Amino acid sequence: MVNYIWLGMILIGIFVAGLNGKIDVVSQAAFEGAKTGVTVCFGLISILAFWLGMMKIAEKSGLLAKLQRLLGPFARVLFPDVPKDHPAMGYILSNLSANLLGLGNAATPMGLKAMEELQKLNPDPKKATPAMCTLLALNTSSITLIPTTVIAIRMNYESSNPVEIVGTTIFAGMVATLVAILLDRYYRFKTLRRKEG
Amino acid sequence: MYAIISSASIWAIPLILATILIYGMYKKIPVYEVFVDGAKDGFGTAIKIIPHLVGMLVAVSIFRQSGALDMLTGLLEPLLQLVRAPGEIIPLAMLRPITGSGALAVTADMIATYGPDSFLGRLASTMQGSTDTTLYVLTVYFGAVGIRNSMYSLKVGLWADLAGIVASIFIVTLVFG
Repeated sequence: MVNYIWLGMILIGIFVAGLNGKIDVVSQAAFEGAKTGVTVCFGLISILAFWLGMMKIAEKSGLLAKLQRLLGPFARVLFPDVPKDHPAMGYILSNLSANLLGLGNAATPMGLKAMEELQKLNPDPKKATPAMCTLLALNTSSITLIPTTVIAIRMNYESSNPVEIVGTTIFAGMVATLVAILLDRYYRFKTLRRKEG
Repeated sequence: MYAIISSASIWAIPLILATILIYGMYKKIPVYEVFVDGAKDGFGTAIKIIPHLVGMLVAVSIFRQSGALDMLTGLLEPLLQLVRAPGEIIPLAMLRPITGSGALAVTADMIATYGPDSFLGRLASTMQGSTDTTLYVLTVYFGAVGIRNSMYSLKVGLWADLAGIVASIFIVTLVFG
């Protein structure tokens, strides 16, 4: 499906640009996009290096394992096919906690570490496992308790109450996450059934 | 309430850092060496993502700047009027799953144009905070470990985005409407 979306965006873009008589925009837009891609990745290096360094300390000291025991029961329901004491669980939980606190920068490195650990459990390294899909579902819908960036923008434009949107944000985020979890369950069972049948 | 939340978001990261470091010290871990060892992985991971992100952002950039996104927005406008949501919100709703920085720019622009305490300002704020950039998350997370077949992840992500958008319109209308 990603293949089609990717292809569709480019081909429709080229077609529409031609129709609008601004075909010259296409190559410029392509190079701009490519440049942004690299810039974003280089920006990620600093964040990734910093948080992965911190996470290593948390892992070696056993702090991650503690977090795992604390939130384990909840995670086991969502990730039934990840072994209880597998390091993936610790990273998944750190990723979800960081998302919840609105620490987007910290959530990504932990999520990537979780993916690496999940990949070790994957029998087919080119194909996503159900646990990976669940992790993605939770990340793409991510409930945020403190939408830091939005609050900062609102403060910047002198809102009389910058945090008044926290409640509505949590509600909408909860709905999105709930839908994500339910759909994830639905497709997970559908895939399992197809494999058995 | 405001004071609590704003100090919570300021204190969250320093507190997490202090907790990790103090616990490491207490467990007699050579903290600096372990930090450097972990940080080494950051570079490789970021480099692995480059091809994926370049590919995706090229497509997004062409799609946006060609005017295709505006056309799609125009097509969807009648649908939104059905639920009595303002058409001004469509670009944000369309962009949110595709590009994080683009959506943030639109949100900032809407807050600047209509004011943070207007209906549109509040709706944009809620929408921005309640979902994440599905395409970016998918690209980065699966790209980092080399997954080619993302199974049903994109479908789930996009439906959840739609749910988040509809829920945002509903709750903002209810609370502030």
